[in-house]
Amino acid sequence: MEFFRFRKDIPFMRHALIFNVISLITFLLAIFFIVTRGLHLSIEFTGGTLVEVAYKEAADLEKIRSALSKAGYTDYTVQNFGTSRDVLIRLPLAAEAKETAEKGEQAQAGAGSAQSAENRIGEAVKHALEAETSGIVGSRVEFVGPQVGKELAENGALALLFVIIGIVIYLAFRFEWRFAVSAIIANMHDVIIIIGFFAFFQWEFSLSVLAAVLAVLGYSVNESVVVFDRVRETFRKVRGLNTPQVLDHAITSTISRTIITHGSTQMMVLSMLLFGGATLHYFALALTIGICFGIYSSVLVAAPLVMWLGVSREQFVKPKKEVTSNDGAVV
Amino acid sequence: MNRYPLWKYILVIIALLIGFLYTLPNFYGESPAVQVSSAKATIKIDEQTQGRVEEILKNANIEHTGIALDATGVKVRFASEDTQIKAKDLLSRAFNPQADPSDHQYIVALNLLSASPRWLTRLHALPMYLGLDLRGGVHFLLQVDMKGAITKRLDATAADVRALMRDKGIRHTGIAREGDRIVIRFRDEETRTKARYAIADVQPDFIMLEQGVAPDLRLVASFKPESMKRIQDYAITQNITTLHNRINELGVAEPVIQRQGAERIVVQLPGVQDTGRAKDLLGRTATLEIRMVDETPGALEAAVAGQVPYGSELFVENGSHPILIRKQVVLTGERLIDAQPGFDQYQMPAVNLTLDSAGARIFKDVSRDNINKRMAILLFEKGRGEVVTAPVIRAEIGGGRVQISGGRMSSREANDVALLLRAGSLAAPMEIIEERTIGPSLGLDNINKGKHSTFWGFVSIALFMCIYYMLFGLISVIALSSNLLLLVALLSLLQATLTLPGIAAIALTLGMAIDANVLINERIREELRHGTTPQAAIIAGYERAFGTILDSNVTTMIAGIALLIFGSGPIRGFAVVHCLGILTSLFSAVVISRSIVNLVYGGRRKLQSLSIGQIWRPDTPVVSVITPNRTASTS
Repeated sequence: MEFFRFRKDIPFMRHALIFNVISLITFLLAIFFIVTRGLHLSIEFTGGTLVEVAYKEAADLEKIRSALSKAGYTDYTVQNFGTSRDVLIRLPLAAEAKETAEKGEQAQAGAGSAQSAENRIGEAVKHALEAETSGIVGSRVEFVGPQVGKELAENGALALLFVIIGIVIYLAFRFEWRFAVSAIIANMHDVIIIIGFFAFFQWEFSLSVLAAVLAVLGYSVNESVVVFDRVRETFRKVRGLNTPQVLDHAITSTISRTIITHGSTQMMVLSMLLFGGATLHYFALALTIGICFGIYSSVLVAAPLVMWLGVSREQFVKPKKEVTSNDGAVV
Repeated sequence: MNRYPLWKYILVIIALLIGFLYTLPNFYGESPAVQVSSAKATIKIDEQTQGRVEEILKNANIEHTGIALDATGVKVRFASEDTQIKAKDLLSRAFNPQADPSDHQYIVALNLLSASPRWLTRLHALPMYLGLDLRGGVHFLLQVDMKGAITKRLDATAADVRALMRDKGIRHTGIAREGDRIVIRFRDEETRTKARYAIADVQPDFIMLEQGVAPDLRLVASFKPESMKRIQDYAITQNITTLHNRINELGVAEPVIQRQGAERIVVQLPGVQDTGRAKDLLGRTATLEIRMVDETPGALEAAVAGQVPYGSELFVENGSHPILIRKQVVLTGERLIDAQPGFDQYQMPAVNLTLDSAGARIFKDVSRDNINKRMAILLFEKGRGEVVTAPVIRAEIGGGRVQISGGRMSSREANDVALLLRAGSLAAPMEIIEERTIGPSLGLDNINKGKHSTFWGFVSIALFMCIYYMLFGLISVIALSSNLLLLVALLSLLQATLTLPGIAAIALTLGMAIDANVLINERIREELRHGTTPQAAIIAGYERAFGTILDSNVTTMIAGIALLIFGSGPIRGFAVVHCLGILTSLFSAVVISRSIVNLVYGGRRKLQSLSIGQIWRPDTPVVSVITPNRTASTS
């Protein structure tokens, strides 16, 4: 079986401008949504308490809400996730605990008692639910203090920076700075688009989504690497082609591999999306978006960028030394 | 010719065999077990203990399926969970007859042991170590209050300096802690210099500065940065030790108590569901102080009326009696080695304290100077002090053995005080800043979800590869399965913690690893399309693809390493598997798949075609059957 049969190179570069305008628009839209809507950060980043309860039968959310109100909680959210039997309850940090922590006074008398009260919320909620509703079969409680969240956000940003710098250095070393720059621009644009999706749909942005984003960054750079590898090879081997033709040839000859690889990875991710349950849901979703846009950007955005940055044959073919004896004759 | 030297085949076979061996324990599952280990340093677990366990079980007619003694204790396996629980109750009653859990000399805990045969265990082939999200349990992240630790240390040192000045007969006009410094005041220059040398002799940890003009000369002492670090390290280590002791009371089989970063401690209690009790024990951030009671006539009455004298604090004893206590600290909990309930010479309940040598010396001096006065033992929890007891000093007490007895104390009170004092030896207060509780059923659910997603993803990739690339697809699938095998073996061997994100990373690694094989197969097809002979196509395909595979794996690896460095908790679990997976996939996609290809095709001289699926050549006429998936065939 063979899906892809190309008699001629597909003239991708002829439409380079269109591809880049499309991608610029998506990029700007993503930024627009990130700015206007903001991210729905998980409690890992914001701090707070999360209680996950599994019931034997479909859970009555209204009943849970009334149970919580009766127990004296106000600022909670209750929602189903995965199935109708699983319920997720989120409670933000109490304002006073947050304030004292921001002032940097940890473990002092005031913050201490506020925090210890905070610590107990998870269990209190569980007890309140057990009293009002029946048939709880499993549960998970997560409490994150205010100090942790800030650090996580910082570390996430640092990790992103590390990946970007690392990849740029490696590609500049292995190929050419033009490749490094265009690959990283193309793939950063994937990252922004994934985050844009999360902002638009207000999906929960958790630590595992962050991991997925970084994995996608590494993965779709692969894509650009494969194309660039072919570009370099074509420059060296085939003579008489201009730069757009070389890029067209490189993309055309790797496109079948690109689609099959991404398809295979996507099969795995799809299986995670179907069978992985709630914990892996957004992780798999972020990967799916990343994979789809990864193909597009690393091939159709990175390659034109390389072209516009002025890649040429001379950068890959070592100039042959002129025969010195002829020098005198030519005047 | 496509033939590997023999050693390469042997290498591949050995790698696969080792991989198989270390993956094997994961298939045996786990059997319920009971573990008996020591709760106190003085209690040794040896063959005798093992014999005792065996005898107890035999007398009660409980059958076990194996008993073993190792570094952590005696472990007994059982056929079912019912017998396990029955045996646990029985053993815990036999080994710990005392009612109070703080007196228990043994920890009897439920555990799960790998059910793999003993010869495997002897090879250190253990199943993967499952994280809390897969096995259920509680996870806490505790922040140690370092500022508190330093302050406490300064208070204690100020007391030492005071004693030193008195011993050497150096006259000062006041010693006080101001923020993170100790300020000592003098009237004249000469005494200050003398004091400076005296302190420098015994307290090498200080940087001392001379300030002020006569008659208000000051000597300001603060800790050197390296001493600061040492104090912080000590605080963490001491807190970890204390946590160990407290958690022992919970009876957890494999608690994890680790330092994380400069001032945090991670506590993981697998299998514990009773978070309330665990939190009670951990959150009890009590610290202990011994101070003198201010017995100046009239001072107490004034304090009750609202006029608390300078240098003293008002506390409430036994919930009703007000008591005025000096702020100056005689001893802190750090000097306390042990506290046990006991009886005094009149057979009245008492608490016996053991102090370390420095503590003993201080206590001797203080008690000599304060006979017939009262001292108070205070317990600070969450910044609030509580008077545990305020006994009268009857005589000079030397040797570091202190007995607290009071006519009113009952035997139960003696017990409580001893427990509180022992638990009070935290070097610095701690706060829980992160908590995760996962029920056991949820853990099992997570394992299944992870397994299912990996399985179905793998199956669909395998089917596609076999259909699309025929024999080469099958070879790729074999390489991919050996990748999975090696990855699981590596994880088991390193005993890296496997979490749900870790399983996701396994799945993702497999999904990405197939990339290498697709690259190779596409390259071989391309070579064939250009009319290269099959043998040469294989060589060219592998060689040309390798550079690309290496480059793309390095970039993925960079992302993995970033996650490993900056990630914490679940992210790190993901990153470890991701990085290991990249290494194993490089090996399996290139070396293992090549060796199979060589084995199949390498020997044939007159090879006409490769089973790599249809090769379409643009110059041949278009095939009559038009495939629906044809995407682009222009002109």
